[in-house]
Amino acid sequence: MSARDFPNGGGAAALLAAGIGSLMVALFAIAADKSAAFKSMMIFYKPTGPLSGVTTCAILVWLALWAILDRRWRSRMVSLGPVSTAALILLGLSLLLTFPPIVDLF
Amino acid sequence: MEITVRSLLTLVHGMGFGALYLLACSGAIVELYRRYSPGSLRPIEVEDERFLGRYLIVMAVLAWLAVLTGAYFIYPWYRAVPPPGTHDLSGFPQRLLMASPSTIEWHSIGMEWKEHVAWLAPISITMAAAVFIRHGRNLTRHPQLRNAVLCFVFVSFAAAGIAGFFGAMLDKYAPVQGGQNIQLLHGEKP
Repeated sequence: MSARDFPNGGGAAALLAAGIGSLMVALFAIAADKSAAFKSMMIFYKPTGPLSGVTTCAILVWLALWAILDRRWRSRMVSLGPVSTAALILLGLSLLLTFPPIVDLF
Repeated sequence: MEITVRSLLTLVHGMGFGALYLLACSGAIVELYRRYSPGSLRPIEVEDERFLGRYLIVMAVLAWLAVLTGAYFIYPWYRAVPPPGTHDLSGFPQRLLMASPSTIEWHSIGMEWKEHVAWLAPISITMAAAVFIRHGRNLTRHPQLRNAVLCFVFVSFAAAGIAGFFGAMLDKYAPVQGGQNIQLLHGEKP
């Protein structure tokens, strides 16, 4: 049996959504760090502060995107090369963009 | 021998969920690398496949428990603001670290990185578990997907390692303490 017998779309959807979700953690955190208004908007639970909103929003974006991509791709064969490369670049970027000295460059 | 409620919960968060997750990562990486490589000669049994699926689910649960207890129990105690005029900052770890130039970077780099990077671990491992449950042994037929999942597990390991390292160092320089005392053992008089 070849790879074509097993649609990879569901896996590709999960992969890309996870890459984007990870980047969202970093982007929301940077936005909260740079904008006082956004920071106060992100306080969903006061004892935890803006971290509560930053992570909740990133998780919601991740899950929503995962559901949308999964619905579109689940029974399809997707070209995995570009999808996995994009997902890994996004993951690498999220690792870098959560590092405070890099955040301070913005 | 006593321990405070906050110290105990910090231990459960770090040594329970966090350290166990880090240990589990090595198993997942070895299994995904060795058994699910495209050139793997040994057939994958249904029981092996089921085991790795359950293993990844347990890892995802551990990762979520680690970040959620960290963000919603430990972190509020860490960032508590002392009343004006407080001189003893031992109950206010963030302020204690920020009060000295020799420790401030443990907060401004250590905690600032840890509090965000840690979330990459549950996102990555949840994705890995979902992909594995859906594709199982067919991952051997999709080497790019298997390699990408493996990279995500590596990064989740790195993210958890960064969070764990800074968690341990922060707790060394400014431990989260307070709450009710729990007596573990009665000591004998010297």
